[in-house]
Amino acid sequence: MSLIRRRKAAEADKASSSESKIHTERDEEDDKKKEGTGKSNKAEQKKNKWSCVNNCCWFVGCVCSIWWFLLFLYNAMPASFPQYVTEAITGPWPDPPGLKLKKEGLTANHPVVFVPGIVTGGLELWEGHQCAEGLFRKRLWGGTFGEVYRRPSCWAEHMSLDNETGLDPPGIRVRPVSGLVAADYFAPGYFVWAVLISNLAQIGYEEKNMYMAAYDWRLSFQNTEVRDQSLSRIKSNIELMVATSGGRKAVVIPHSMGVLYFLHFMKWVEAPAPMGGGGGPGWCSKHIKAVMNIGGPFLGVPKAVAGLFSAEAKDIAVARAIAPGFLDNDLFRVQTLQHVMKMTRTWDSTMSMIPKGGETIWGGLDWSPEEGYLPSKRKQRTSDTQLTSHEENKTLISQTNIVNYGRIISFGKEVAEASSSKIERIDFRGAFKGSNVANTSCRDLWTEYHDMGVGGITAVAEYKVYTADSIVDLLHFVAPKMMARGSAHFSYGIADNLDDPKYEHYKYWSNPLETKLPNAPDMEIFSMYGVGIPTERSYIYKLSPSSECYIPFQIDTSADGHDEDGCLKDGVYTVDGDETVPVLSAGFMCAKAWRGKTRFNPSGIRSYIREYDHCPPANLLEGRGTQSGAHVDIMGNFALIEDIIRVAAGAKGEDLGGDQVYSDIFKWSEKIKLPL
Amino acid sequence: MASILKRRKLCCLEPLKCSSMSLQSFDGQKTDKKDEIFVTPLDNLKEKKQKKKNKKQAKEWSCVNNCCWRIGFLCTTWWLLCLLYHFLPPTLPGFQIPESPGMRLKREGVPALHPIILVPGIITGGLELWEGRPCAEGLFRKRLWGGNFAEILKRPLCWLDHLSLDNETGLDPPGIRVRAVPGLVAADYFAPGYFVWAVLIENLGKIGYEQKNLNMAAYDWRLSFQNTEIRDKALSRLKSKIELMYITNGYKKVVVVPHSMGANYFLHFLKWVEAPHPMGGGGGPGWCAKHIKAIMNIGPTFLGVPKAVSKILSAEGKDVAFLRTMAPGILDSDYLGLQTLEHVMRVSRTWDSIISLMPKGGETIWGHLDWSPEEGNNCHDVKKGCVKHTAGDNNYNNSDTKKNFQVKEPMKYGRIISFGKEASQLPSTLLPVLDSKETSCGSNSAIVNLSCIQKIAERNAYTVRTVFDLLRFVAPKMIKRAEAQFSHGIAENLDHPKYNHYKYWSNPLETKLPDAPDMEIYSLYGVGIPTERSYVYKMSPSDKCKSIPFQIDNSAGGEEGSCLEGGVYFVDGDGSVPVVSAGFMCAKAWRGRTRFNPSGVASYVREYQHKRSASLLEWRRVESGAHVDIMGNVGMIEDVLRVAAGATAAEIGGDMIFSDIMKMAERIHLRL
Repeated sequence: MSLIRRRKAAEADKASSSESKIHTERDEEDDKKKEGTGKSNKAEQKKNKWSCVNNCCWFVGCVCSIWWFLLFLYNAMPASFPQYVTEAITGPWPDPPGLKLKKEGLTANHPVVFVPGIVTGGLELWEGHQCAEGLFRKRLWGGTFGEVYRRPSCWAEHMSLDNETGLDPPGIRVRPVSGLVAADYFAPGYFVWAVLISNLAQIGYEEKNMYMAAYDWRLSFQNTEVRDQSLSRIKSNIELMVATSGGRKAVVIPHSMGVLYFLHFMKWVEAPAPMGGGGGPGWCSKHIKAVMNIGGPFLGVPKAVAGLFSAEAKDIAVARAIAPGFLDNDLFRVQTLQHVMKMTRTWDSTMSMIPKGGETIWGGLDWSPEEGYLPSKRKQRTSDTQLTSHEENKTLISQTNIVNYGRIISFGKEVAEASSSKIERIDFRGAFKGSNVANTSCRDLWTEYHDMGVGGITAVAEYKVYTADSIVDLLHFVAPKMMARGSAHFSYGIADNLDDPKYEHYKYWSNPLETKLPNAPDMEIFSMYGVGIPTERSYIYKLSPSSECYIPFQIDTSADGHDEDGCLKDGVYTVDGDETVPVLSAGFMCAKAWRGKTRFNPSGIRSYIREYDHCPPANLLEGRGTQSGAHVDIMGNFALIEDIIRVAAGAKGEDLGGDQVYSDIFKWSEKIKLPL
Repeated sequence: MASILKRRKLCCLEPLKCSSMSLQSFDGQKTDKKDEIFVTPLDNLKEKKQKKKNKKQAKEWSCVNNCCWRIGFLCTTWWLLCLLYHFLPPTLPGFQIPESPGMRLKREGVPALHPIILVPGIITGGLELWEGRPCAEGLFRKRLWGGNFAEILKRPLCWLDHLSLDNETGLDPPGIRVRAVPGLVAADYFAPGYFVWAVLIENLGKIGYEQKNLNMAAYDWRLSFQNTEIRDKALSRLKSKIELMYITNGYKKVVVVPHSMGANYFLHFLKWVEAPHPMGGGGGPGWCAKHIKAIMNIGPTFLGVPKAVSKILSAEGKDVAFLRTMAPGILDSDYLGLQTLEHVMRVSRTWDSIISLMPKGGETIWGHLDWSPEEGNNCHDVKKGCVKHTAGDNNYNNSDTKKNFQVKEPMKYGRIISFGKEASQLPSTLLPVLDSKETSCGSNSAIVNLSCIQKIAERNAYTVRTVFDLLRFVAPKMIKRAEAQFSHGIAENLDHPKYNHYKYWSNPLETKLPDAPDMEIYSLYGVGIPTERSYVYKMSPSDKCKSIPFQIDNSAGGEEGSCLEGGVYFVDGDGSVPVVSAGFMCAKAWRGRTRFNPSGVASYVREYQHKRSASLLEWRRVESGAHVDIMGNVGMIEDVLRVAAGATAAEIGGDMIFSDIMKMAERIHLRL
């Protein structure tokens, strides 16, 4: 009772703070008196009992009222207030690039097409099973992800595709959200394209000259056309925008996997009608001014291998290292990873990002283009002069072991570090897979590992080391059904003779090493990506301790480097990149294979590399930063946005300043012996 | 001693209580009494003084704490209910929702066949901000129109500023870009929970439609139709969308479903797309025949709506007049400097599209001083919602109703605006005759002077033809803009080259339908709801500057069962569009081969009888005929679905008529 009294007094006193002391004193006096009289008073006792429930209600009421009051204040607050506070603390912000360039007098010129990447695009339900009642046209992917928590297995069921065809399972239709809303925000507050869109709008862009080429990122590229006619829509929309903006060509901005999707599109649109879009050989040169690839995994990403092989990557490996057992426990029959794996293995698109080009690009057992890379090196270079750091590098390299990045998967740390002559390998190809280890209880959670016996699993582990070449074979071995689907839609090799008629098949169209760029000499290709963040490059694996329903392999999180600066951490070797895509994959095509007139680029399309050095946000107030180089956060990088706006307003590659390189991409490209 | 202390403390708290908690003090006192009752039986042994003390204590405790307690209690209960609601299975056993037409047709095995384009009408489409003044900071790509309208309450003037267009050009004011929301989200829900297209979309989704064969042609409904092309390329986008859907769906022709003003917009599109390039879309003469299977107009405003006249004249309609009767003074009070109506009028007069809704066809269609096609309409039946027509029975041989209108003086609906109730009922010979030229006095001065206003009021009754003179006088700029964009007459000779101009394209009486003999045109609309047809006006009582000089005379009401109520004459319709406007074209002017329809495009009228909702639970029920609610009408949805799945008009039953449209159409003497 007294507590309430005091609290109440304190509340009331907020208004008249000057008198507060007198009040509380009086209150205390009051309370003493009350206690004296109250105890003898039956009524008071009754009241005390009563107050137990009331106290709770009272407390909830208080909290609610205060909350509402704060909400009201927040809503009444002028919209520019947070910015004002931030500026007061961190100093004035630079003008956003859109505003800055508007002041320079730039206006909307070329129509702009965005091509979102994997994962970032929203998906909505158009037809579902009973359990998804009431979710019609609600987002299953993107937005708040509320359904993941409410009905997780229903959600996973609807997100999966058919295991045989890679298309819709019967009775389920999940379709991409269309329009700019498809990928402006991935989740509330987590922007993807929104910053770029708002900056473009500032110089006069709007819906009529901006188009988001949303597609179902789970499907293989050709299947988006077969099922949704996505490629036809993109073609028709680009044609419409070019026609309505007075014949000015479009600037295409693909991000992440969208880069591969657009490569596919450029081949598709010029190919003749049954398989292609029938646009004829001049379509690209007539309709496209520039392709500005952001963080493009042209040659695939090693992360995709780990994802397909064991449904984990650096982030999950870290989680496992921090809380061992949490992910693996069977307590609630959750089996999260298995569910994730079952779902993602039905998505054909993940296979588009398996490393391409084999050992020629990604390195063999004993060499890799990035060898000699040290994460500490770049930090030094920024402070020291070029010359001294170079000498330092040499000494450093001699001291430490050269990391064998070429071995994308190795079983055990020793194997990863040993020289190739010392590794004994037993070929797994053709090995007897053995009987099914899985008991029937695992059948409800079917991953292809359950069709594989102990023999198969040991055979995989006995091979010890996998390079980019043998990775594809490995995946064929462990997931034959998935790869059967995948190899009908994607190819991972290097073409010897690009004029071979077999390369007219659509499965080669998204591999830059097996296609020619279109005949469009006026077009420009930019590769824009962040650098300066350790990026997954190769993995150390081990066999899982328990072998019942589990994925039999997992990243060996105990494997750590010798020193702090080492590239090996938690079983993952890292190189320079944007956290997802290594520099090699994002930059090699534009740095070397497409430079000048090559066999991959017969018409001599100009290619530029624009790297953006990662600079993490200084404090929490900056959010995800305006100078970030991370794979998705780079979409809010002011320098990148400025480049895009300039090109959209009519500038050419030279006007931007040509190449802008911070990493060793040119050095590494030199090491790759690819006939051009 | 203690009691004195208590009292002192009370005194200290008293002013605070009154100031901060005055709102809740009433509640507090109520619970006080409860407490008293609770306490007194136990206290009955104690003396009065003690009692008094207890009471005071309780009072003191109650004021703030009770409020908190109440709020807490409500919150907890609410959360509990929310929690329970979430655990509720989606469908309660025993509570059977009637099967939706989509489900039924799916079971029948009716698949998606023809791609569908939805064309929303006025008001219902969402608008979002792309560039704004400093006051609209942080609203980039947020909805200004549609959604929850939160910004009206937060910054009303800023909001109005951004929604108005330029008064001279009818396009964006400098520094402001407000654009239509694209895609199906543009008009599926107007506000949360208030569906427009959502029910239809859901039913289409059931039989297999999705984004690739179902699309919405969203456009900025504030602009004149041609301006949507000039500013946003909306017509070009629509053309490209239809062509793409036609090709990607295996060369299946498109079914177009326009609603309300969308019907006029699509008429405009039909002409635009076949017209040659600089003004039109350059699709060539066969475009419509090649790409369009059917046009299913829902509640179409082919010949305009009388509502538009009153909206332009005084920014009010039936609803506003009704509100004024209920609470006189609220709208007219200058109390907070609100002047709501004036602001609404200022903004809406910059919207060209409203002009497209002005009644078309003049006195031939809408009647003159002494005649109108609807005369003899029996309002009693319509209002009660118990009209017992049978489909196809348009002879109207019910002797009862015949007697009814023989006794009564027929309503003079032709007088769209009359000043004073008498003027709306007098025979035309008794009306003062005033040359319309005279009213043009002062039209060039910004402030309309009082004598001119009086002169207007003297005129007493206006028909559709003369009402334009009236509007030209009160809104000269708007009509000037609009006359370059729209026309409201009847063509004498449709082959006259002047009809190649785009301003005639949205008027069905001044254009020919395209040469597409296989195409079908449907007019689907609700009947059985009293719909505004003509108005009784009076001068505004206040003379304060900037106020609207006229207002609907809500005191003018007829006797029980008459069509006059609150200053508005009603006829049959769907609550917004009178039957004549929605049905006449399909019932007569396009029937067979006429000069408006040279290739003989088949036209059908399908009416849906409005049925009043039985309970609040079925709030916007499945058999409504109201202008927007009809989009949830199961009968209409089934018709649309069947046509989309390939049925022809004969298969869904041809005409379905409940109203007097055929009889009215006969009374209209239009050369065909």
